[in-house]
Amino acid sequence: MQIFHRSTNTLSRATIYGAIFVVAALFWAAAAIQRSPYVTYAGVRRPQPVPFSHQHHVAGLGIDCRYCHTSVETSSFAGIPPTKTCMNCHAQIWTNAALLEPVRESYKSGKSLVWTRVNDLPDFAYFDHSIHINKGVGCNTCHGPVDRMPLMYNQASLQMEWCLECHRAPEKHLRPRDQVFNMRYEEPSSSKPVEVDGKEYTDQLSLGTDLVKKYKLRTVTDITSCSTCHR
Amino acid sequence: MSPTFSADRFSAIFRKSESSRARLEPRWRGESKPKDPYPTTDSSAHRGKGLCGLKACSTLAWFTILLALAGCRQDMHDQPRFKPLAESDFYSDLRSARPPVEGTVARGQLREDSYLYTGKMGNNPGDYMPFPVTTEVLARGQQRYDIYCAPCHSRVGDGNGVIPSRGFPRKPPSYHIERLRKAPLGYFFDVITNGFGSMPDYSSQIEPRDRWAIVAYVRALQLSQDATAADVPAGQKVPSEPPRFEELGSGATLPVVENKPAHEEPK
Repeated sequence: MQIFHRSTNTLSRATIYGAIFVVAALFWAAAAIQRSPYVTYAGVRRPQPVPFSHQHHVAGLGIDCRYCHTSVETSSFAGIPPTKTCMNCHAQIWTNAALLEPVRESYKSGKSLVWTRVNDLPDFAYFDHSIHINKGVGCNTCHGPVDRMPLMYNQASLQMEWCLECHRAPEKHLRPRDQVFNMRYEEPSSSKPVEVDGKEYTDQLSLGTDLVKKYKLRTVTDITSCSTCHR
Repeated sequence: MSPTFSADRFSAIFRKSESSRARLEPRWRGESKPKDPYPTTDSSAHRGKGLCGLKACSTLAWFTILLALAGCRQDMHDQPRFKPLAESDFYSDLRSARPPVEGTVARGQLREDSYLYTGKMGNNPGDYMPFPVTTEVLARGQQRYDIYCAPCHSRVGDGNGVIPSRGFPRKPPSYHIERLRKAPLGYFFDVITNGFGSMPDYSSQIEPRDRWAIVAYVRALQLSQDATAADVPAGQKVPSEPPRFEELGSGATLPVVENKPAHEEPK
């Protein structure tokens, strides 16, 4: 007795063959979602109590990162400025701006402004700002063009593969220490060489390789070891 | 010959599962057991071992779903501890970071050297540095000055910084006026530490040693702006024009480096 039509043979074979692609597509979709801003929030502007513009304060006024993020060179945490730092200037300027009302209110009452954390690493990852700053990792290497961000967002996915990309080859990203806070730093090129200790560099790899030695970076084996970041 | 799915072959598969299910049925007990088509040494181990046994399949499916759902839990991402400055609903001020008990002296903060921390001798500002001024101290002072002071006082200290130009009712004074050129070093330290007039204090933003480095640099600025051509050592050139910036008004950029021949690739 023939239950199925003969074409079922072809269909079943096509289905088995097609299943490979369906399963592959499922894996691909899962990986794509995992890396997408839906999960990482990369590029997503978060709501803040005051729409603070890094673009205005950094590029427009030329204020150094460290004016507000005072502990970035010496501590694991870059530091979110207290309301008083805002009031250093805004006690004098834009004193009636409605946008700054929460800042004035916070300064008067002593209650903290509740900012939304933007660059948030998972709690199982150990991270220290100061070591990165002191080994020549520029602010915008990780944080992106903050001087062009009217509202703050995280540029990077902050996922492990992103961390490892640099930890596996730090020479591709390092810059001289005095350029770490320069938001418009450009990698050395033949038209714009970078000078370190009297030597001119025209490509990132030779500069980075020398900086790795100069700043005494640990070996790649060390900085890609599990316990470097998961302590 | 192309294989066809005959009813016979299907019944074979059905039977297999039927027989495995059948073994669970108690009514076979005592009766003559049907012949096991897949004899094993231990019949109980064989139970539900069918490749696509309904039970095994559903167990596997549930396990997969559970495993997938486990990935959605954020317990390890958000551990029950506070990151710096995190909000806490335990304390009434919502701060997890607690101020130290009054009178606490943290390690390295005993402040025995009162001149280093006040810049005062008795009630009057002193006029000496608490540590020797080296090139490193001046370089550090310049760096810190450019971060914390230059926004208002400008990089040369004439009080024409970018922030007051945006609408301060009063500009800060130039360092190069008679009063400030004659002011003792400790006076500058005191102003940075406690503020002066409409200038707020910078004690929380700048460490005491860095404040002294800034003081030394301010004095260097005063000397530089009050210098004459005779002060320049022989053989050294003085730039006659201020540096140019790629984008005007942006102190975040470095000045354009002049008089540098474009690097040419070796041919």
